[in-house]
Amino acid sequence: MALLEVKDLKIKFGGLTAVDEFSISIEKNELVGLIGPNGAGKTTVFNMLTGVYLPTSGTITLDGQDIVGKRPYDIVSYGAARTFQNIRLFKDLTVIDNVKIAYHKQMKYNMIEGIFRLPSYWKEEKIANDYAIELLDIFDMKPYADSLAKNLPYGKQRKLEIARALATGPKILMLDEPAAGMNPQETKELMETIDLIRNKFNIAILLIEHDMSLVMGICEKITVIDYGKIICVGNPEQIKCDPNVIKAYLGE
Amino acid sequence: MLLIQQLINGLQVGSIYAVIALGYTMVYGIIKLINFAHGEVMMMGAYFAFLAAVAGMPIWAVFLISMVLSAILGMVIERVAYKPLRSAPRISSLITAIAMSLFLQNLALFIFKADPKVMPTIIKNNPVTIGSLQISNITIITFLVSVVFMVILTIFISKTKSGKAMRAVSQDTEAAMLMGINVNSTISLTFAIGSALAALGGILYAIAYTQVMPTMGLLPGLKAFVAAVLGGIGIIPGAMIGGFILGFIETLTKAYISSRWADAIVFGILIVVLSVKPTGILGKNIREKV
Amino acid sequence: MKNKNKKSYLINGLALVLLFILLNVLIKNNVISRYYQGIMVFVFINVIVASSLNLTIGFLGQLALGHAGFMAIGAYGSALFSMYIKEMALPPTALLITSLLVGGLLTGIIGYLIGLPALRLRGDYLAIITLGFGEIIRVIINNLKITRGAHGLTGIDKLVNVTNSFWIAVVVIVILYAIINSRHGRAIMSIREDEIAAEAVGINTVKYKSMGFTISAFFAGIGGGLFAHYMAYLDPNTFNFMKSVEIVTIVVLGGMGSLTGTIIASVVLTALPEMLRGFAEYRLLVYSFVLIIMMIFRPQGILGRKEFSINGLIKHSKNIIKKTGDNAEGGEL
Repeated sequence: MALLEVKDLKIKFGGLTAVDEFSISIEKNELVGLIGPNGAGKTTVFNMLTGVYLPTSGTITLDGQDIVGKRPYDIVSYGAARTFQNIRLFKDLTVIDNVKIAYHKQMKYNMIEGIFRLPSYWKEEKIANDYAIELLDIFDMKPYADSLAKNLPYGKQRKLEIARALATGPKILMLDEPAAGMNPQETKELMETIDLIRNKFNIAILLIEHDMSLVMGICEKITVIDYGKIICVGNPEQIKCDPNVIKAYLGE
Repeated sequence: MLLIQQLINGLQVGSIYAVIALGYTMVYGIIKLINFAHGEVMMMGAYFAFLAAVAGMPIWAVFLISMVLSAILGMVIERVAYKPLRSAPRISSLITAIAMSLFLQNLALFIFKADPKVMPTIIKNNPVTIGSLQISNITIITFLVSVVFMVILTIFISKTKSGKAMRAVSQDTEAAMLMGINVNSTISLTFAIGSALAALGGILYAIAYTQVMPTMGLLPGLKAFVAAVLGGIGIIPGAMIGGFILGFIETLTKAYISSRWADAIVFGILIVVLSVKPTGILGKNIREKV
Repeated sequence: MKNKNKKSYLINGLALVLLFILLNVLIKNNVISRYYQGIMVFVFINVIVASSLNLTIGFLGQLALGHAGFMAIGAYGSALFSMYIKEMALPPTALLITSLLVGGLLTGIIGYLIGLPALRLRGDYLAIITLGFGEIIRVIINNLKITRGAHGLTGIDKLVNVTNSFWIAVVVIVILYAIINSRHGRAIMSIREDEIAAEAVGINTVKYKSMGFTISAFFAGIGGGLFAHYMAYLDPNTFNFMKSVEIVTIVVLGGMGSLTGTIIASVVLTALPEMLRGFAEYRLLVYSFVLIIMMIFRPQGILGRKEFSINGLIKHSKNIIKKTGDNAEGGEL
């Protein structure tokens, strides 16, 4: 069975059906793209997959577990992590604290142990700290560990958000338009980063993107949606030539 | 009979709450700020009326002077304390509003001293007797005056250009700005109207209870806010409905349960409403965009 | 990291003991009179109550306006308890500690219950609902027989003095500091920063909000208990909305998110009205004016979110000696 198995997902806002008959299947370590014109419902799909929105109907199975109706924080422990289209960092906290907060679930010491600074506190804090530094190092952000997240340059903020998502220990990472607002150089760097993540962490990645070149360049499988419905599924070559896709992007 | 008598009393208290709640709801609608100082503007309005009445002015002048001065006060408060914080975190402007409320209250304490002043009789109390019911003419006047102002406000907001500007700014400030609406003056106007209505509430309150004092704005202000939330904050008809409902609940509680518990019950209702339907009776649900 | 922390704990511990010895010497030699000792007790009580509120406002990022209500529950709860177990003739310190804990736990439980509906609401609504609860608590205390209503509660043992209130305040600050600098504290701060992002990285925001709020209520109750056993008399109207606003003022002035800021502001705002004759009358006028000015020109308070630290100070003076003039913004207490 696939890592993420989504069947006939549907959501209605009032009378409006925003997403309908959405299905997708992602294998372990697969890199899948989800593209579509503005307002096609891509982020809405993400929000359903991560528990922010409750779908009207349909099933989502992550690693064999049904996750529909679970709260977002709970879905994280089933192994899904995400980033946001408009970066949502903990701005007034340090870079390393941003990562350590995401490591929260892997730490077990209780409040009493924390207050009295018992050995479990020191041990786990040290592990968390070392792990966070290691993670930041992978993204070349170790020197920034103690600066406030809001003071990072834009590209680094995007990277930090990805690092933070990885710190939750996911099986699948969902990136919501990671290249938005980046210049070509930064986009290229990002592509390398995504590739690195997949190989280093051995996880699946679902990527929402506007930047066609990025998606075409790295994704093995692409799903295209428009007006909340899937119009095409295939590899980059197939997508490029599909008449429906061309119509959706360029009009009649 | 007692019940009908109480309902009539409730109508009087309710119309005062409704008038004050209108100002709360307008300001919240436009800048998303709970203007805690609103109750204190009402208190200042009552003092302005008191001073004018002591000076022997005719009744129309008492209302006019108090409402105009309060409108100016409201605009000044907005310009001095709230405008610099428009882009600041919500918590900062909320704290400023609380501080402003405290400041005005203590300013009044400083100027007018703590002892209550007796409001001169500007309307003679002539109870009207219908069957075995006694209705004070003040009750009738309070109700009529409030309803008239609510109707005027509703027409103003739905029909006039400035009223439309107000609605536009409350929907989307930036878009309104791009459409060429002067956002600053629209917000000022909102504060002016809201504060004038608060003053109206203050005068009616002072007439009903025949006294003015620096702390008189605190509880009616809070209750008017409860009324605004009850009806759905930011929604004008909601404030009116909420005001009347609250007036009825309060008088009935005082009559049939205990006057000592009345305030607790009012806040209890607020908590129940917020827990069950935070958007109030007429409110719609909105979700945060992710 | 571990050794560095332990060294800083040692330095701070030493500094506290030195401060305490200094206070005792000054008291013994009558430099600090009985009158000023009284003020100091109030400073320590305010440190406890305001820093507990800072956990909600500054670290959790939720504006609560009913803290005086929590203080009231703690005050009445612990006072009634200590009056009830008087016959057991416990030693004063034991009596005080158990009563404070009972009062604090009672407040924590009620705080938790209030938090359940209140914390589902965002921002301004939370402020209003806590304000409402504060008023309800006051009305209830005013009307209950056991609290003697508006007559006030008398016959409470005066168990609090400068020494024990000093150490209790120290313990409270240390515990709050320890919570904030742990995984629980980071979870609480992540809610202040961005609730949706916090959920997305696995923080159960409902749980940590109510945890923060409950702890905040617990310590407010402890502060209230101290107040009760220092005043030996309780009047329900002491704990009105204005009292809540005073506590908010301390938090805002010191800096939302800075415990040391709260300590400094508690000293300033408690001592000033007592020291300046005639000022007390205009206290609230000045408070409110200062608050407005602060919000407009320095909304982050005296210290912002920084903590004043001895280590930072040492580093700073070393740097000054070296004339490199680095910043002393140590995150450690």
